[in-house]
Amino acid sequence: MATHEYNPDEVRKRRIRGRRKRNFREWVIFTGYLTPSLLGVLLFFFGPMLIVLVQSFQRSATNTEFVGVENYVNVWNNQAFQSAAKNTLIFAGLAVPLAVLLALLLALLLSSKLPGKSVFRSIMLNPMMVPVASIVLIWQVMFSYNGALNTYMGWFGIDKIDWMKSDWSRLVILILFLWKNLGYNMVLFISAISAVPQEQLESAKMDGANAVKRFFSIKLPYLWPTIFFVGIMSLINSFKIFREVYLLTGDYPVDALYMLQNFMNNMFSHLDNAKLTAAAIIMCIAMIIIVGVLFIAENRLGRDTEE
Amino acid sequence: MKKNAITPLQIRNDGASHEEMEHEHASIRELKDVEIVRLSEEELERRHEKGRAVAKRQAKIRKATGRVWTCLGLLLATLVAIFALMPIVLTILDSFMSTDEIKTNYSAVYNSLSSASAETKTYLSTTPKLKMIPDSVSFSQYKTLLFLSPTYLLKFWNSVALVVPIVLGQIMIGCLASYSFARYRKKRREVLFFSYVILMLMPFQVTLVPNYLIANKLGIYNTWWSIILPGIFSTFSIFLLSKYMRQIPSSYIEAAKLDGANEWNIFTKICLPMCKSAIYAMAILLFIDYWNMVEQPLILLEDAGKQPLSVFLSQINASEVGVAFAASFIFMVPPLLIFLYGEQYLVEGISRSGIK
Repeated sequence: MATHEYNPDEVRKRRIRGRRKRNFREWVIFTGYLTPSLLGVLLFFFGPMLIVLVQSFQRSATNTEFVGVENYVNVWNNQAFQSAAKNTLIFAGLAVPLAVLLALLLALLLSSKLPGKSVFRSIMLNPMMVPVASIVLIWQVMFSYNGALNTYMGWFGIDKIDWMKSDWSRLVILILFLWKNLGYNMVLFISAISAVPQEQLESAKMDGANAVKRFFSIKLPYLWPTIFFVGIMSLINSFKIFREVYLLTGDYPVDALYMLQNFMNNMFSHLDNAKLTAAAIIMCIAMIIIVGVLFIAENRLGRDTEE
Repeated sequence: MKKNAITPLQIRNDGASHEEMEHEHASIRELKDVEIVRLSEEELERRHEKGRAVAKRQAKIRKATGRVWTCLGLLLATLVAIFALMPIVLTILDSFMSTDEIKTNYSAVYNSLSSASAETKTYLSTTPKLKMIPDSVSFSQYKTLLFLSPTYLLKFWNSVALVVPIVLGQIMIGCLASYSFARYRKKRREVLFFSYVILMLMPFQVTLVPNYLIANKLGIYNTWWSIILPGIFSTFSIFLLSKYMRQIPSSYIEAAKLDGANEWNIFTKICLPMCKSAIYAMAILLFIDYWNMVEQPLILLEDAGKQPLSVFLSQINASEVGVAFAASFIFMVPPLLIFLYGEQYLVEGISRSGIK
């Protein structure tokens, strides 16, 4: 009978057709799961981002004349943008390394044989849950000109410092940032430290390596990926410091606290579409570069430790 | 005693005969040029005693230094814990001060912050009285807050109405998308996933501009939808959730397939139950993030009446300081309750997000 005859070409063709059909079905199913999210992301983020990109080359929202990179040049040379970018970078440059380092030290402390570790962990994680708006009052009581800190310093004969209205405000904001973010970073580090192979630590201990040496030669190589992750998360969170600044000082902070978000808010309220869109694109590109560099650095370091 | 001396103890109890021992001693002497010293029982006992005493002393020293380090560690941890808790505890304590007490204690602070109004000037003292503990427990702040000034409750409700739909919506859509990213791993899909991650990392300074544009185009500017919809479609949860879902062993999925389960069954019966803790952790993280939001309502909501409590609390001025602490406390109650209930999920979720 013809149907039972063996025809290798026919079989191969059928097999390929079957695989294609299966692949297509798989694609349809999994794209189906993705569709709601993809539509939303396209509509609310990627799509409008393209419009932003187009508008950044136009005169204004109403006048669509193509002006090249004029908007970018305007934003770049804008005094307010420059100081906002400078302040944001200074803050991130101070806050991110400190947040990583202090959280790592705390995690090492809570990974040692300390009684009541879990209680301390809970307490230190607590600030993460508390909304900034709720504790802003206490920070104001602490740091305002007639506030608690100045009063206490007065007892020791130290002159009053106008914490919120001078360059000291950077320090205040830094303390607020660390207060809020150390707990989260610390939990990340604690889990990474507990994942370090115990046998290696034990054998190093037998060989007489002290705690410092054990940390640098055994733990640290395992911790690099987490250090980068914590660094990236802290960087993201350092851009959210505007919340604290706004809630503490309102719309018009001192020059040292004028952040990029303040600049953007100003542009929003002036409806300055050209500067707004150009600034958003500049920041977007800067962000991609920073994250890209961090990723590459992590890959390099990760490879070094594996070898 | 010489350096290489061997005490008889070391070779006494191995069951060897006297001649054998003598022979051995001789050979050892020959080989290593050592001198065998025979010690009396008393001498041996004395030496053991001495060795034990030294070991004991060393152990004691080690223990003592260990204890010193533990004490130092405890001290440090306690200091950090006090630093972490102080603002929260002070806010709670101050919320039980009477309105008048707050004004006497803190009006100096607030007059230096905002332009003083005539009303508060009567209480003005040059230095604040920083009593941390109220004279007497008073519920007057809460009374004013809950029964006499409905604005606060209204703002609180605004916060709830904004945050709950965002958390529920993003979790639902995020789970579906994460499942897709976890199961279907082709090259082009990975590129899309990477762009999702980049979007997740973008600060508000960037994403608010497209949000604003689209809100204007869709005519939802100055409504809650302008915050809720971008919130629902934010890609924040997808990164963590898909990382989790990728860790599900493929043998589970193969087994389910053999039993005739379709993708939907696998998703609802295997994937979701296995990722329960990650989903809870994500919901908690989303809740605190959006409960805390300031940037979006400032830009997307013009009406002060529609803004959440987080923004409103910042606009409290000297005349309202009397109830502000109670309002602050009420605002932090929901996240704190969630923390008490879900801390283990939160810790587990955060921990796993850092491991590759």
